[in-house]
Amino acid sequence: MQEGAVLEMRGISKFFPGVKALQNVDFTLRSGEIHALMGENGAGKSTLIKVLTGVYEKDAGDIYIAGQNGAVSIRRPQDAQKWGISTVYQEITLCPNLTVAENMYIARTPGSFTSWKKMNAGAKRLLEELGIPAEPGRQLGDYSIAVQQMVAIARAVDMDCKVLILDEPTSSLDEQEVAKLFRLMRDLRAKGVGILFVTHFLDQVYEVCDRITVLRDGQLVGEYAIENLPRVQLVSKMLGKELDDMAAIKDDSAADQAASGAPVLEAQGLSSSDAVYPFDFSIRQGEVNGFTGLLGSGRSECVRAIFGADHVTGGHVRVNGKAAKIRKPLDAMKHGIGYLPEDRKRDGIVGDLSVRENIILALQVLQGPFKPISRAQAEKYADEYIRLLEIKTASSATPINQLSGGNQQKVILARWLLTNPQYLILDEPTRGIDIGTKTEIQKLVLKLAAQGKSCTFISSEIDEMLRTCSRLVVMRDRHVVGELTGDDLNQTKIMETIAGGEH
Amino acid sequence: MPKNALKPREKKAFASRLSWLVHQQLFIPLAALALLILFNLIGDSSFFSIYIRTNNSGNKVLGGNLISVINDGSELAILAIGMTLVTAASGGQDISVGANMAIAGSVIMRILCGSASVANQAQAPVIVAFLAACGVCMLFGAFNGILVAYLKLQPMVATLILFTAGRSIASWINHAQPMNLKDPVLSYFGTYIPGIPIPTPVFIAIACMIVAALVLKFTTIGLYAQSVGINASSSRLNGLNPALIKFLTYVILGLCVAVAGFVKVSRVSTINYSNFAIDIEMDAILAVALGGNALSGGKFSMPASILGAYTIQFLTTTLYKYKVPSTALPAYKAAVVVILVVLSAPTFQAKATKAWKKLTAKSGAKEAV
Repeated sequence: MQEGAVLEMRGISKFFPGVKALQNVDFTLRSGEIHALMGENGAGKSTLIKVLTGVYEKDAGDIYIAGQNGAVSIRRPQDAQKWGISTVYQEITLCPNLTVAENMYIARTPGSFTSWKKMNAGAKRLLEELGIPAEPGRQLGDYSIAVQQMVAIARAVDMDCKVLILDEPTSSLDEQEVAKLFRLMRDLRAKGVGILFVTHFLDQVYEVCDRITVLRDGQLVGEYAIENLPRVQLVSKMLGKELDDMAAIKDDSAADQAASGAPVLEAQGLSSSDAVYPFDFSIRQGEVNGFTGLLGSGRSECVRAIFGADHVTGGHVRVNGKAAKIRKPLDAMKHGIGYLPEDRKRDGIVGDLSVRENIILALQVLQGPFKPISRAQAEKYADEYIRLLEIKTASSATPINQLSGGNQQKVILARWLLTNPQYLILDEPTRGIDIGTKTEIQKLVLKLAAQGKSCTFISSEIDEMLRTCSRLVVMRDRHVVGELTGDDLNQTKIMETIAGGEH
Repeated sequence: MPKNALKPREKKAFASRLSWLVHQQLFIPLAALALLILFNLIGDSSFFSIYIRTNNSGNKVLGGNLISVINDGSELAILAIGMTLVTAASGGQDISVGANMAIAGSVIMRILCGSASVANQAQAPVIVAFLAACGVCMLFGAFNGILVAYLKLQPMVATLILFTAGRSIASWINHAQPMNLKDPVLSYFGTYIPGIPIPTPVFIAIACMIVAALVLKFTTIGLYAQSVGINASSSRLNGLNPALIKFLTYVILGLCVAVAGFVKVSRVSTINYSNFAIDIEMDAILAVALGGNALSGGKFSMPASILGAYTIQFLTTTLYKYKVPSTALPAYKAAVVVILVVLSAPTFQAKATKAWKKLTAKSGAKEAV
């Protein structure tokens, strides 16, 4: 083991059917450092953490812990605990209706009897030591998410942890709460704990971390000291694009045509309860534009606000030049807007219903409850789109959850195409989909634009965005930070805008 | 190899057809019904005899156990319609239907008897009393619906309120008087219309089923309720209002409760607040479960629920026929219910399928040897 290291992972591989989630990844955590694990969606961050915490069993590789001779085996979460590895997840996994002290000692009191006095005293001492503003005897739920997060950390620390994994702990915290959490993290660093920190916020990485490990597509990109890796470099490493790679494909004629179209939707100062700061947005007839930014930058929240999916808190919207009130999805649908959501499982498919019912759902809702689409008509629609989009399904009566991800996505696309929208919003339509289907969807988008429909396209893959979009809205930390068109539409410029700050 | 043994290929086809049959949603209630019929055939086939008898009012009417099954099962079948929708959309059940039925009965008696506790003549047309009960029960259904859909209470907790208070409200409507209507006009709906040998509740139940079938055919409530029950989040993004749909199913159940309460009170033209339609909510929920519908919501089959209701009634009537004392009845029923519900549980079916496959694989291996 390297000197000062508390944890070393060597040559870790993990395969799922058809996917190489991790390939030969190394990771080293030193005592008294805060180490950021960075990578886009699907890079393998969470798989690596799950291997480390015993949720997944690795297929190859070794894990070494300071003070142990040879590789240790971690097959269950209890093993990880035994070796001093503790994890605090994004969602609070404690019980809000128990007291702070109970939460700290739950399932760790030896024997069948509990000394409440001892427990409360122990909790009080630890909380004071870590400077956490919580009373042992009060209900955990009375405290803010940040304090609950800290109690979870205190619990982890008390289990004599050498390695603390913080998996996106800040995503639901406000700035002051984040500051408090960082103070606690620095204290723990001073005490010699090695902290593995996962976050999507670049600012936070540069504020609190000492070192960065970047993963991409299940492979190690590299390990860097923070001062040696400027932001732009980090973004480029995460996205896997060299800065001087100028190979952007653009169809100028299409862009010109789009620029002359009449505006379909214009939004001014739109904001939503889901923490999107007011932004302006417009799209013309026949235009394909996109929102770009890292995961969690607010790009999905923006399009959700346009569609009325989240509670809209302010702003004005005009559709085809006329003022429109879009307060709920049905309003948007009535204005000819369709929305393919980012989380297909949670927001897209209606699991147990058939492919046919999933396809006609949006059109049926638009037609109203007293004009049911007849079985024969529904079958005709379904068969038409199954053929058109080449959806692979046993029949139109097959429950949609029996289809593969790509085919499920096509069903959702069919659902919206059937409503004949003038403006279609596609949020990560190609995520988790094989390369062939990806290209099909991109082509379909361009075809729709050629037919005079407008489209907003969101993707984590910049390539894909460059291929389809003639204008990109760039977001960082829930703010719109730039809009790129024409010659600015290249990877270097996009990455610079995403990274922002000094570079 | 014995001569009459099936060839492997035939065996396979038979097995696949069998597995198709077992996985049909109507299978469990049908199988349960078949089992009960078989039991009665073996035990005493006179169970199935239908004869003509003269009832108290001197009419010639049909008698026999089968007639009493379809007659006595009417309320349950009507309730099952509403309970199925509520279950599908809200992923929970309404346990206040019995209490709400008592309210319906009380409202009807109040309007027909007026303020007197014994009335020789109906004080108002029956239709007025019936419509008033519909209104009141739908209001209470709406109350449940608001608690569940808008205040997001668990259905069982939300409806526990009316479950607890309902019978007191029913009693309060008539100042706790045991109302009694001597006018036969109400009893036509609960017993027989002179000259017609089939009990009127059967017609009412059939009418309800027809209405339900038409509503499911000519509106989209079925699709919406299932969609909301399966995935409320994506339903909302497809323009549905999940809360409104859940709310509506509770109002519809309120209407079913009013009809069922009307049938129940018409049978005797009087009401006993403390045991009127007692425990019927559990039978209604059971009917939905027996129909193979997931009690956690989502996809449903209305015919299966209704068949489930009649199966439960068949069981009750069978137990009566074998002179099971009414105090012991629930215990017997529970025993049968445990078996049926376990058999229809997906976990059990998965395990059974696994065990069956293992068994056939073994015997297949033996044959090969």
